[in-house]
Amino acid sequence: MSFFSEIASKPWTDEQIKVDDQFKGHTFTLPKAMLGLRVLLVVVTMFFTLLAIAYSGRMTFEDWQSLPEPGLLWFNTGLLLVSSVVFRWTKSATQQGRNGKVKLGLFLVGALAFAFLIGQLIVWQQLADLGHFASANPANGFFYLITGLHGLHLLGGLVAWGRTTLRVMRGKIGQEKLLLSVEMCALYWSFLLVVWLAMFLLLLVT
Amino acid sequence: MTETTSPEDDIVPPQEVPEMDLYHPHSFLTRWIFSQDAKVIAIQYSLVAISIGMVALVLSWLMRLQLGFPDSFDFIDAADYYQFITMHGMIMVVYLLTALFLGGFGNYLIPLMVGARDMVFPYINMLSFWIYLLAVLVLVSSFFVPGGPTGAGWTLYPPQAILSGTPGQEFGIILMLASLMLFIVGFTMGGLNYVVTILQARARGMTLMRMPLTIWGIFIATVLALFAFPALFVASLMMMFDKILETSFFMPAMIEFGEKMSYGGGSPILFQHLFWFFGHPEVYIVALPAFGIVSDLLSVNARKNIFGYRMMVWAIVGIGALAFVVWAHHMYVSGMNPYFGFFFATTTLIIAVPTALKVYNWVLTLWRGNIHLTLPMLFALAFILTFVNGGITGLFLGNVIVDIPLSDTMFVVAHFHMVMGVAPIMVIFGAIYHWYPLLTGRMLHNGMGQFHFWVTFLGAYAIYFPMHYLGFIGVPRRYFELGETTFIPDSAHDLNAFITVAALVVGFAQLVFLFNLFWSRRNGIVAERNPWKATTLEWQTEHMPPTHGNFGKDLPIVYRWAYDFSVPGAESDFIPQNMATKDVKLAEGMTVADLKAEKT
Amino acid sequence: MIVALVLIFIALGSVVFHVVNPWWWTEIASNWGYIDDTIVLTFWITGTVFVAVILFMAYCILKFRTEKGRRAHYEPENKKLEIWLSVLTSIGVAGMLAPGLIVWQQYVTVPENASEIEVMGQQWQWNFRLPGKDGRLGKTEIRFVDDDNYFGVDPNDPNGQDDVLIEGDDLHIRMGKPIKFLLRSVDVLHDFYVPQFRAKMDLVPGVITYFWITPIRTGTFDILCAELCGIGHHEMRGSVTVEKDAAFQEWISEQETFEEVQAAALHRKLNKELAQNELEPRAKN
Repeated sequence: MSFFSEIASKPWTDEQIKVDDQFKGHTFTLPKAMLGLRVLLVVVTMFFTLLAIAYSGRMTFEDWQSLPEPGLLWFNTGLLLVSSVVFRWTKSATQQGRNGKVKLGLFLVGALAFAFLIGQLIVWQQLADLGHFASANPANGFFYLITGLHGLHLLGGLVAWGRTTLRVMRGKIGQEKLLLSVEMCALYWSFLLVVWLAMFLLLLVT
Repeated sequence: MTETTSPEDDIVPPQEVPEMDLYHPHSFLTRWIFSQDAKVIAIQYSLVAISIGMVALVLSWLMRLQLGFPDSFDFIDAADYYQFITMHGMIMVVYLLTALFLGGFGNYLIPLMVGARDMVFPYINMLSFWIYLLAVLVLVSSFFVPGGPTGAGWTLYPPQAILSGTPGQEFGIILMLASLMLFIVGFTMGGLNYVVTILQARARGMTLMRMPLTIWGIFIATVLALFAFPALFVASLMMMFDKILETSFFMPAMIEFGEKMSYGGGSPILFQHLFWFFGHPEVYIVALPAFGIVSDLLSVNARKNIFGYRMMVWAIVGIGALAFVVWAHHMYVSGMNPYFGFFFATTTLIIAVPTALKVYNWVLTLWRGNIHLTLPMLFALAFILTFVNGGITGLFLGNVIVDIPLSDTMFVVAHFHMVMGVAPIMVIFGAIYHWYPLLTGRMLHNGMGQFHFWVTFLGAYAIYFPMHYLGFIGVPRRYFELGETTFIPDSAHDLNAFITVAALVVGFAQLVFLFNLFWSRRNGIVAERNPWKATTLEWQTEHMPPTHGNFGKDLPIVYRWAYDFSVPGAESDFIPQNMATKDVKLAEGMTVADLKAEKT
Repeated sequence: MIVALVLIFIALGSVVFHVVNPWWWTEIASNWGYIDDTIVLTFWITGTVFVAVILFMAYCILKFRTEKGRRAHYEPENKKLEIWLSVLTSIGVAGMLAPGLIVWQQYVTVPENASEIEVMGQQWQWNFRLPGKDGRLGKTEIRFVDDDNYFGVDPNDPNGQDDVLIEGDDLHIRMGKPIKFLLRSVDVLHDFYVPQFRAKMDLVPGVITYFWITPIRTGTFDILCAELCGIGHHEMRGSVTVEKDAAFQEWISEQETFEEVQAAALHRKLNKELAQNELEPRAKN
C-alpha cells in the first residue's frame, strides 16, 4: 500500500479495522539501521544540493573566474571509483561468507579511501602553491568548501569502516550483523562516489 | 504491507515485532546522566531548553524596559540592546522551541505513543542531547567573550553580521555560528531517531492512520527539520569562512568606515535565500508539533474524536510540503527579483487554506462535545484564539503588496510573537499540565495553574494585540530608541510603556509556573492512573510513571485509532487504543453489533 | 461560563479597540492608496473570520460544557461540511490575493517618464544623487570611492559630471512627478523607508535595487532605516521634502555637482601641496 492510499483510509470503519489489526508495526521491510542510513543520505544530499545551487547561482555573475583543475583530481576520482567497486565486491564476498576475501576487501577499500584523501590534500597544496587561496575569489572558496566537506564525509565513513574492520579482525561479529555493516558501508561509499562525481562535474564544466 | 484475513479470524496473531535489545543502565551515572533512555533524555532536553529559555525571557524584559522607558536605564546601551534582541530571538526559536518540542516532547512521547520500548538508536539519541548541551554552552559563552554576543539580529544577515559596525563581530558571531552548526549536528542525530522509530518501531496494529496527531505533528516537523537545517548549516559554514578565511561567499566589494575591504563578488541575498529556506520551515517545525498536541488536548477534554482526523493528517502533510516553497515571502523588500513576489505571495496564501481547515476542525471538535474545562483545555482554547489572531495577520504579511508598508515594523514583531511565540507556548503549557502526571505521578497545583493561565493568556494578548497598531503607524522594529520623529504620536510611547508593564507581569507569572513544577513534584495531589481518561498508549503502561522499557513484559497491541471517545454502545466514554473490541464493556442493552453499527 | 465570556469579550473587544484606538497609519503622501485599500479589504475578510471563529468557540463552550448525563456526539468526519469550508476559505483567500497581485503588478512596473534619483546608504547616513541637466546618472563603482569621491562616481563617465550630490543632507523631490528611486549601499544592508510613501526597499551592497512612487502632497517627511544595519541603525535618519516644481528648481540649483566637488577637491589638494612646499626648506638646492 502506498503512503497516499494509506493516509486516505478511514481508520474508524469496521472494514479498515480488520485490515489495520494485521499491521505488523513497521512501514518498510528494512533493518532499522539501514533506514536510518538512508534518511541520513537524504539529508546529506540536501546539503550538497544546496551547495551546488549556491555555486551555480554565483557562477552567473560576470566576475566569475574559474579555477584550474589539476590532473591529479582525475586520478583521485579513479581511486574513489575503484574503492567503491571493491566495496561492492566485498559485499558479495560477505554474502557468500568468505571471510578471507572480506578482510582483504576491507583493507583495500580503506587504503584506497585514505589514498583519495591524501590525494585531495595534495591537490589543495598544488593550488595553494599556484596562489589560488580560498579568499582569492568565490570560485576558489567554493572549491575548497566542497572538496573539504566531501572529504569530511568520507572521514566519517572511515570511522564506520574502522569499526567494522576491527570487529572482523577480532572475529567478534555474527554473520548477519557483519553483512548489514558491510552493506551499509558499501551504500555509503557508492553514495559518496555519486556526490563526488556530481560535484566534480560541476567544477569541471565551469 | 498488510494482508486481510477472513472476518472470522478474531485471534490476534503472535507478536511479530522483535523485542529490541534494551540498553540497561548499571550506575547512577548511566541512569541519570549519560542515560540512553529516551524518557530521561527528554527530561534533560526539556530542562536545558527551559533554562536557556529563562535567559531569553530575562533578555526580553531588558529590551522591553528600554523600549517602554527609554533613557531611564543607563546600563542598557544600543550595543546591549541589539545583542539582547539577537540572543532573545535565536534562543527562543531554535534553542527553546525546537529543542523542547522535538528533543523534549518528541523523545518522551514518540516511543510511548507508538508503543515502542525506546528510540531505535539510543546511543545516538544520547549523543544528540550532549551535542545540544554543548551548543547551548557555546552560545552562552558568547556572553563572556570580549565584545559580547553578536548583535546582528537573529537573522544574522551579512555583510553586517561580520563587520565592525555590529556588536559582537569579533567573537560573538563566530560562537553563534559554531553553536548553530553543533545544534544542527545534534538535532540530525535526534531526528534520525524520531523518524526511524515512528516508521519502524510501532506496536502491532499501530498503522500510520491510527497514530495520534501529536505523533503526526512531531513526525512531519522532524522531516521538515531534517530537510531545512542543512540550509542553515551551509549558510553558517559559508559565513564562518567569510569571517575567518576572508572568502567572499556573501561579501561584495564594500567600504567599511572609509576603508576599502578585501572582499569582493559575494552576494548578501544568497545568504537570505539560504537562511529563509531554513527559516520558514522552522516556523512549521515549531507549529506542527503544537498543532498535533493541541488536537489531542481538545479531543480528550471534549470527550469527542477529533473532527476530520484524515483532513488533519492531510493538512499537516500538506503544510509541511508547502513550507518549502514559500520562504521568499520573508524577502519581499530584500531587493531580490520583484517578480518572485507573484509566486511566493500565491504559495503563501495557499497555505492559509489547510491551516484554516485545521482551525475549523478544532472548533468543530467542540461542537456537540462534552467539554471539560481542565487546565490543559484552557490552554488549548487560548491557543486557538491566539493562533487565529496571529494567523490572520500572516495573511497581511504574506500578501506581497500589503507586506511592503508593514515589513520591518512592529506589526511583524506582533505577528510572529502571536503566531509562533504565544500560540505554541500555550500548547507547551497545556502539554506540560497534561503530561506532568505521567512524568511524576502527581498533578500540578490547580490554583497556581489557573493564576498562571489567566495572567499569561490575557497578558500576552494585551502585549501583542495593540502592538500591531504601532506597526500601522510605521514604528520600525529593532530600534534602540525611537528618537525624534514627526509621525509617531506621544500616545504611541504610552502604549510602549503599557506593553512593557504587561510583559513584566506575564514574565513574572512564569515564575509561579516554575515554582509549581517543583512544588507539585513533592506536594501535588497523587494522580490517578490515566487521570484525563485518554485513549493513547502512553497512559496504558504497566507502571505510572512508565519505567525503563516503557511497557511491561509484552508490548501493547493496538486495536483502534486514537480517538474512540464516546463511542455509541460502549459504557465508558473512551476506549483505549490497546483494548480489543471483545473486552469493551457495553452499555446496558447493547451488543457488540451496536457498537459497530453506529460507526459510520 | 467565565471562559466563554472572556472569549466573547476578547473577540468583540478587539473589534472595539480597532475602531476607537488612536493609532492608525500616517496620512499617505504617495500614489499608493491602493495599498491602503488592500489592507482595509484584508481587515474586513480576516476580521470577520476571527470574530466568527471565536464566537462559535464561545458558543460551543456555553452549550456543550460537561454536565451529568451529557455524552459527546460521535462523528469522525463530515465530508460535505469540510468541502464547503475549504471552498469558502479559498474564495476568501483569492479575494485578498487577487487585488494584492494586481497592485503588485503596478508596483513593479515603473512608468517610463519616471525621473531617477539615487539613494546611497552608508553606516549611518543617507546620501542622494540626482541627475543633472542631461537627466542621466553616471556609473559608480566601489573602487572609485575615496575621500573626495564619496559616491564612487566614475570620473570618466560624461553622464556623471553634472550629477547633483547630496551628502548626508535633506532630499527634495517634485510633487506629482513619478520618481524611480535607485537604491545602493556602499557598506551593509539598509532599507529606505518613508512611512508616508508606504513603499520601501532594501539597499544591498553590490546591486542596485529600486522602487517608484509619485508624491501627491507637499510636506517634509522622515526617512528611516528599516533594516538592522549595526549599532547606529536607529540613528540613521534623513528627511525628504516634497515641493512644487518652482521650489524644487530653486533648491537643486543651489546644490553642488560632481564636477564642482571634484574641482573643489583638486583646489584643496593643490593649496595643501603649495603650503607644504613653502614650509619645507629647499634641501635639495
